[in-house]
Amino acid sequence: MEKDKTFHLRWNIFSIIILLAGAGWIWLSKAPPGGTTGGDIPAPRQGFRAPDFTLQTLDGQSISLSSLRGRPVLINLWASWCPPCKSEMPDFEKVYNDYKSQGFVILAINATNQDTLTNASEFVRQNQLTFPILIDSDGQVSQNYQLRSLPTSFFVGKNGVIRDVIVGGPMAEALLRIRVQNLLEEKR
Amino acid sequence: MLPTLTVGPFAIPVAPMAILISLWVGLTLAERNALRYGVNANHLYNLVFIALVAGVVGARLVYVVRYPGIFASSPIGAFSTNPDLLDPWGGIAVGLIAALIYGQRKKIALWPLLDALTPGLALLWVAFGFSHLASGNAFGMPTNLPWGIELWGAVRQPTQVYEIFAALVILGAVWPGSRITTGQPSGGAFLIFSACTAGARLFLEAFRGDSIILAGGFRSAQIIAWLIIAISLWGLAKMHDRSRKPLKNTDEQIQ
Repeated sequence: MEKDKTFHLRWNIFSIIILLAGAGWIWLSKAPPGGTTGGDIPAPRQGFRAPDFTLQTLDGQSISLSSLRGRPVLINLWASWCPPCKSEMPDFEKVYNDYKSQGFVILAINATNQDTLTNASEFVRQNQLTFPILIDSDGQVSQNYQLRSLPTSFFVGKNGVIRDVIVGGPMAEALLRIRVQNLLEEKR
Repeated sequence: MLPTLTVGPFAIPVAPMAILISLWVGLTLAERNALRYGVNANHLYNLVFIALVAGVVGARLVYVVRYPGIFASSPIGAFSTNPDLLDPWGGIAVGLIAALIYGQRKKIALWPLLDALTPGLALLWVAFGFSHLASGNAFGMPTNLPWGIELWGAVRQPTQVYEIFAALVILGAVWPGSRITTGQPSGGAFLIFSACTAGARLFLEAFRGDSIILAGGFRSAQIIAWLIIAISLWGLAKMHDRSRKPLKNTDEQIQ
């Protein structure tokens, strides 16, 4: 009995010390302003600002990501030799046509440094893709977006912050629609 | 950081692979540990298997229910192999319910079961650390420390490495036959694991750059971890009392 009482006393003191130390650490380690958000730092990751780029389209227009601020953007890195990239493109076209009137944009960046412009153009023509196809001829954007696997898609919110990254494919049409709807519902 | 491992034409995502491997090894470890706690190893294996399958199916079903309009227009999406079409919390809830039903049917005692599963859970936490290191998730705050790592546009605290280190220490503490868990009352091993894991999370969260912040700058994970520590310490005291309480009458002794 006496042994139990001593155990309880020691255990209660131990527990109180642990809990007070924990509470103190929580207080001391409160997040400093801006210490835990990546929103202002450009990095190819959810919660960070999408790295900016300016690229030429297949028909010679110049498009920069920063000029699309205020609109939800899907950045898709692809190549014409990559089967999952090719199989998700018709769904992209469908979804783009359904949501472009609401400001949704797809920037399909061809990893031209590991593809050929002829093959890319032929694929776009065959599939009658109407969204902008950008040419990353020197692979700089692929490098900035730390491309490791094709296809890779970045869903960018109206404020330019990456909301989701999908590595690999093909992406299900349902997933694509859900992500686009979520982006459209976001306030700026 | 190594998010994908390219093997020929396949891009294998490293993070889920690390978790899958640890699930397999952890389950084997738990099966071997079952006898020590008087749990039928087959029942334990079946319970985990049922919980996992129900969890995955449940995660997809909950996701479909959340977006009925989209899946009605594209029903094939409900059968997609894409892991992004899963609701993790829905999956956990369905998996736990399935485990509870199976456990009740087979009359598996809860605390010995949790004790038997503890080394496997500790191993799973180590795997989470490796998966975070591979994917760059659970990243740290920017730092000037010499051991900082370049990640996501800044030199950051290597929180994933801290996490792996803490998880390995805890795994050692709860490894089958360790001095810390041996001789504990039923549920003791699991509660020690819970308290240590929550303690490590409470401490390491301070260095994280992706915390969910509550009003006043408090980090939500630390508050939850503090509550888990409090519950675990209270539970350990109760377990100790129960293990020392003399049985009331001879009927109870026979049972």
